[in-house]
Amino acid sequence: MALTVLMLMRVRNLFAVIVLFGIYSFLMATVLVALDAVDVAMTEAAVGAGVSTVLLLGALHLCKSREAKPAHRPWLPLAVALSTGLVLVYGAMGLPDFADPLSPIHAHVVPRYLQNEVQVPNVVTAVLASFRGYDTLGETTVVFTAGAGIIALLRRRKKVENDRKDRV
Amino acid sequence: MLEHFSHIVTVFLLVAGLFIVIARGNLIKKLVGLSILQTSVYLLYIAPGKLLGGTAPILAPQLSVYSNPLPHVLILTAIVVGVATLALGLALAVRIREAYDTIEEDEILALDHAADAREGS
Repeated sequence: MALTVLMLMRVRNLFAVIVLFGIYSFLMATVLVALDAVDVAMTEAAVGAGVSTVLLLGALHLCKSREAKPAHRPWLPLAVALSTGLVLVYGAMGLPDFADPLSPIHAHVVPRYLQNEVQVPNVVTAVLASFRGYDTLGETTVVFTAGAGIIALLRRRKKVENDRKDRV
Repeated sequence: MLEHFSHIVTVFLLVAGLFIVIARGNLIKKLVGLSILQTSVYLLYIAPGKLLGGTAPILAPQLSVYSNPLPHVLILTAIVVGVATLALGLALAVRIREAYDTIEEDEILALDHAADAREGS
């Protein structure tokens, strides 16, 4: 996975970047299966590797497929990114250990979720649709807004094209 | 150090995504970097929910230890929202390409400066 990301940084052909991003998404889905998050892994494989790749390829079809060479070496961004990383590693040292059963994340509401109150054996579905239904409502709102924005952006383009045709 | 390995992987992915977003001028590449940054956040949420010896949170009578389902739910929402914002960003990039005939940040800025200078004179 690290290798894929490093290649993503170097490669300038945008088609290769998009294919690498698809590979990266599948690897991330595999890692998520290893972390017991099967629902998330399925969504990541379908949405991250499938839909995102199709969207990126569609956008690439409408744009140029080569990235220009940067005018100067990226020392400043590298320094910013690395210092952010150092601060985050320092902060991560204060977090609970990996797979620590006493960490606060396992202590609050989760034992109640696992009692099967709503008679749905898949707890993720139960929490998503029942306990935290408002989250899903908010998500739908975001997706709707994004869809409306995309339609607004691309429809305006069609109108401009029509105007151009009228003038010719 | 080993007990924080998942955090270190997360931070590496986050730094890589951040670097691509800042350093690369191409708008599509920037969006790919943003997606990598986002996947690192998925890992940040999911990894602490794992329990050694636990299974996926699907209840069955013969199992007793389950990984934490709450982060899974939050990240399911985040993935869908992420792809929606990616689509919106790509639509913006396509529009920019229509208007400027390029998706390189430097060239867009140069064109803007040229337009400003023409208006000023």
